[in-house]
Amino acid sequence: MGEKTKKVIKTIKVDVDKCNGCRACEVVCSAFHATPKYSSNNPGRARIRVLHDPLRDIYVPVYAGEYVAAECMGRDKYVIDGKEYEECAFCRASCPSRDAFKEPDSGLPLKCDMCEGEEEPLCVKWCLADALTYEEREEEIEEQEEIEELEIGLEALAEKFGLDKIMDTVVRMSNKE
Amino acid sequence: MRYAETGFNLEIDLSRGSIERVETDPRDTELYLGGLGTNTKILWDRVPPEVEPFSPDNLLIFSAGLLCGTPAIGCNRTIVSTISPQTLLMAFSMMGGFWAPELKYAGYDKIIFRGKSPDLVYLWIHNDQVEIRDASHLAGKGAIETAELIKQELQEPRAQVAAIGLAGENRVYFASIEQGRSSASRGGIGAVMGDKGIKAIAVRGTRDINVARPDEYMELCNEVMDYIKWRNEHPIPGVMPILAGLGSPQEMAVHDEKWHTENFMWGNSRLRRKGFWNEEIEKQWTQTLESARKRLISCYNCPMKCGATLTLPGLPTYMMKCFSKLTYTMAAMSDLEFGLRIAQRATEYGVDGYSTPQVMAFAVELYEDGILTDEDMPGFPADNEERFYWLLDKIVRREGIGNVLADGTYWAAKTIGKGAEEYAHNTIKKHEQLPLKLSMLNPIYFLMYSTGEKINITQIEGQFPQAPFPKREQREEFVKDWFQVPDDRFKQYFLDWEPRGEKSIPFYPTPRMCCDIVDWQERMHYIDDALGMCAGLSSFPLKPPYHIHNYPKFISAGAGIDMDEEKLTQATKRYRTLVRAVNIRRGMRRKDEKPPQDHWKKRFPELEKELLDTYYEYKGWNEEGIPTKETLNALDLDYVAEDFIGRGILKDE
Repeated sequence: MGEKTKKVIKTIKVDVDKCNGCRACEVVCSAFHATPKYSSNNPGRARIRVLHDPLRDIYVPVYAGEYVAAECMGRDKYVIDGKEYEECAFCRASCPSRDAFKEPDSGLPLKCDMCEGEEEPLCVKWCLADALTYEEREEEIEEQEEIEELEIGLEALAEKFGLDKIMDTVVRMSNKE
Repeated sequence: MRYAETGFNLEIDLSRGSIERVETDPRDTELYLGGLGTNTKILWDRVPPEVEPFSPDNLLIFSAGLLCGTPAIGCNRTIVSTISPQTLLMAFSMMGGFWAPELKYAGYDKIIFRGKSPDLVYLWIHNDQVEIRDASHLAGKGAIETAELIKQELQEPRAQVAAIGLAGENRVYFASIEQGRSSASRGGIGAVMGDKGIKAIAVRGTRDINVARPDEYMELCNEVMDYIKWRNEHPIPGVMPILAGLGSPQEMAVHDEKWHTENFMWGNSRLRRKGFWNEEIEKQWTQTLESARKRLISCYNCPMKCGATLTLPGLPTYMMKCFSKLTYTMAAMSDLEFGLRIAQRATEYGVDGYSTPQVMAFAVELYEDGILTDEDMPGFPADNEERFYWLLDKIVRREGIGNVLADGTYWAAKTIGKGAEEYAHNTIKKHEQLPLKLSMLNPIYFLMYSTGEKINITQIEGQFPQAPFPKREQREEFVKDWFQVPDDRFKQYFLDWEPRGEKSIPFYPTPRMCCDIVDWQERMHYIDDALGMCAGLSSFPLKPPYHIHNYPKFISAGAGIDMDEEKLTQATKRYRTLVRAVNIRRGMRRKDEKPPQDHWKKRFPELEKELLDTYYEYKGWNEEGIPTKETLNALDLDYVAEDFIGRGILKDE
């Protein structure tokens, strides 16, 4: 059995019914992530974007997630309560299919970091409409699975190259570092 | 490096189809801040008084405020300035929404249009890429519809679009510029946009706006945010609900309309309906608003929810805020359902929500009194509500009588004659006013109505309670945390102000105190209009988060201009005086500075003269309301003094 460790799960709860479309979340996000901090402002650089289409009553704050090198094989388009959302609307990825979650000039991917170092993400702090609320909880997780995975891998390698050779390689690699 | 501003304007010559990106002089920012301040300087320099509103030489300036695009909460206003076809004076209507910050992010502080396009066009700005594009396919389209079509055509859902409807295209003197939930409506600036052949301006920007001292600036923003939270939880007791909180009056949220419906005038600003509001009406109107309203919505970077999206059965969705909710209803003596339905059409046509209902009610009254006849208005319906739709359609197309009415009540009355002037009774400087008729002269309001150059009472009032509180204890309570006052003497003015007796209106506050109070209220509006701040978080409500004590810090930390209260007051006085100078040069004088004759029943000619005399002197203006040479020189406006002397407006003494 693997050891149990504690992990902090950070969740931003997005209540789209409460969003009033002001984009203060984008404003403060881009300011916080400017270099030096707060020195400039540009929602184009924000790691949150509000899909905002008042005439169709669409208000969806979406956070920047992982960078992916390739786009999906297909795209999705959601219709909820009769409202049609734009293609890939809820996806957090910075991906080649669109310009969302990329630095406007360089095209480098952006990713939400939950405003590390702050009490709570600033988008939450600046959302007086309470469309964004922050929750933290601790979860115990077992690391067993990861170890097992590694063991499976190593076993496969040992079968192929022999355990000695693998140990030699590991030592050589450690010395290099 | 320029802070808060971009340091660049776009100069568009529509006659030649040329586009230039022009660097601006940072010294102008120090002297006139930005927004209204620098707009006025440009109008003074480049639009001489001989230029007619519909001349190619008239300029139409769209400006973001100095602090738009920074994280200053609620700082999102576009200040549009030109010469008004209706008043023939400077118009500087404004709009909130999302447009001004987007312009800043695209890299520009202002767009200055001159000339006239031979064909209908729209402007598309995407950072460095600026194009004049054909808009012939958009002719006659609604303002909101146009914005949607342009975003589709450009495949830019994040572009912000300001557009005119049919009224602007047809140069209706009270045509607006619409932008989502917001519009720049007053003074007929939409007509100038139409005259220049501009259907819309679409903008998308992804550039940085810098601030000079980031940590300090952010701390100021956070203080404002905290105060807004506190203020939302602590409405001011003893005043009516729409004046107790922050933001624009929360008309989209409230259902109790007893105060408006019983104190404001109905029809052609004639009829007061005391006892109108009852349970049945409240139930019906509540249901109308509840079922039409999809969501309460905000402007850019603002936590207040002053606007709403409205969907009425069978009609496209539109957006509204503030008192347009009731202006059509009350002008037509109808109900809320009618008011919200016709407002949808009016918004697409792009017309001002104050002037338009009044112009239509004026026409109906003229018809009922036989001054306008079936000959003038063939096909005029018998049904009251249909009449208003009919008039609206005629006006925006300038068809038949609509062509006369499209000039507003003042000019229409002159054209119609036969005593019609008596019916155009609710204008100041030729511009329709809120339908309010009261009893006892209020000396503070007398001065604001008379001298306000935005010619709209809501754009000069604020800060100081509209009426005294009944009891001294209530007043003492009110002044306790009233830190926004520029000086403690304002607290004393209010403490001593009684509803009745010696220290009550019209003789108290004294003329001198009234000058002080009006000057403070006006100053805060002018600061907002240069910075791009919404009056709803600043100059309009009582005890707002922005005030004369933190504004200098915002400007210093944001724009990197050394600022203190005195310097800010001086700068504001400078461009406020320059607005007056533009208008004086166009012929405005003391005779034009008066509220509608019937605004109050009880008038006091001697006191009114004393009030105006005292205020002019307080402002450094002569008995005609013209800034004196001394005043102008003290404000670094020597060039205005020279111009005035050259034209014989001032004597060289």
